[in-house]
Amino acid sequence: MAEGGHSPLAQFQIKELIPLNVGETNIGFTNSAAFMVATVVLIAIFLVLGMRKAAVIPGRWQSLAEISFEFVAGLLKETVGSEGRKYFPFVFSLFMFILFGNMLGMVPYSFTFTSHIIVTFAMAIVVFIGVTILGFVRHGWHFFSFFVPPGVSIVLWPLMIPIEIISYLSRPVSLGVRLFANLTAGHTMLKVFAGFVVSLGIVGGILPFAFVIALTGLELLIAFLQAYVFTILTCFYINDAIHLH
Amino acid sequence: MTDPQEKDSLKSLGDRLNKARLSRGEERNKIGPQTSVRRGLSFAMRLGVELVSALAIGVGIGYILDQWLDTTPLFLLIFFVLGGAAGVFNVYRMVSGFTQTIGYQDVTRDKD
Repeated sequence: MAEGGHSPLAQFQIKELIPLNVGETNIGFTNSAAFMVATVVLIAIFLVLGMRKAAVIPGRWQSLAEISFEFVAGLLKETVGSEGRKYFPFVFSLFMFILFGNMLGMVPYSFTFTSHIIVTFAMAIVVFIGVTILGFVRHGWHFFSFFVPPGVSIVLWPLMIPIEIISYLSRPVSLGVRLFANLTAGHTMLKVFAGFVVSLGIVGGILPFAFVIALTGLELLIAFLQAYVFTILTCFYINDAIHLH
Repeated sequence: MTDPQEKDSLKSLGDRLNKARLSRGEERNKIGPQTSVRRGLSFAMRLGVELVSALAIGVGIGYILDQWLDTTPLFLLIFFVLGGAAGVFNVYRMVSGFTQTIGYQDVTRDKD
């Protein structure tokens, strides 16, 4: 399908950088894994070196590090309240990982690991299972009252409870699919329009070229927005698990 | 240590701190125009996926039940409808301000 990397989908191809097999299982180091490592290293550099001086009056870099910290802290406080403080490390890591992963994917010739559904779905399922366990730990069997909508007559329960359960189970799917679909669609579109520039030549290519520039801006917005949506939904779910109704 | 004067000054310091915290909290709770744009965009991003993912889960459950109990296509049909209903409910709840995919809490109410 992808011959020589000319297909707009070739950018999503997983390449093995260091092949490694344990028994039948392939655990080679791929470009996807490489970019994840790069993301974590970048975040560490960004935060640790940014806060190296920890000046009272922050410089630009330190300001950026502090803004990202306060942004997530504010989000968590707004949605969960002060009880959410415990979960800050998790939510902050999630936000930074997705944000930096998306932004790193915007660098030409790089690989966007958030454009693979297995990556986004794995993150979503971790959130989902974690929140469910949290709900059980905090409320025990009372957690199941979650699936009984208040103010609905008992006659409708056999109908409403399956609907609520499906609603609940659809959370990791929508969480994972949204991030994956947005990133994949955006990057494919960028490649397609960039391909038009080449095939239409200098005169005809101006229009798609302008479009590519506009799309790049849009993609930067989406890269941030998707990280934001993922984070705020995680906050909502944590809030649900803590407060029930 | 328990010098009354010191206690007084500590108390007034505490009062002032509380006051400062309160006013700061009020300031923070105001939603700026930027936040509302971000909210609106994230809202739009969620609607479509929310609708479809519940349907997909419903169909998935129905299909698995059918395979297991050998009742094709009974459960598939039932859960297709239930999944569709769950999807519509998700969207309805988001639009009417309950926001979360489950439960009926109003997000605009006070937390803490």
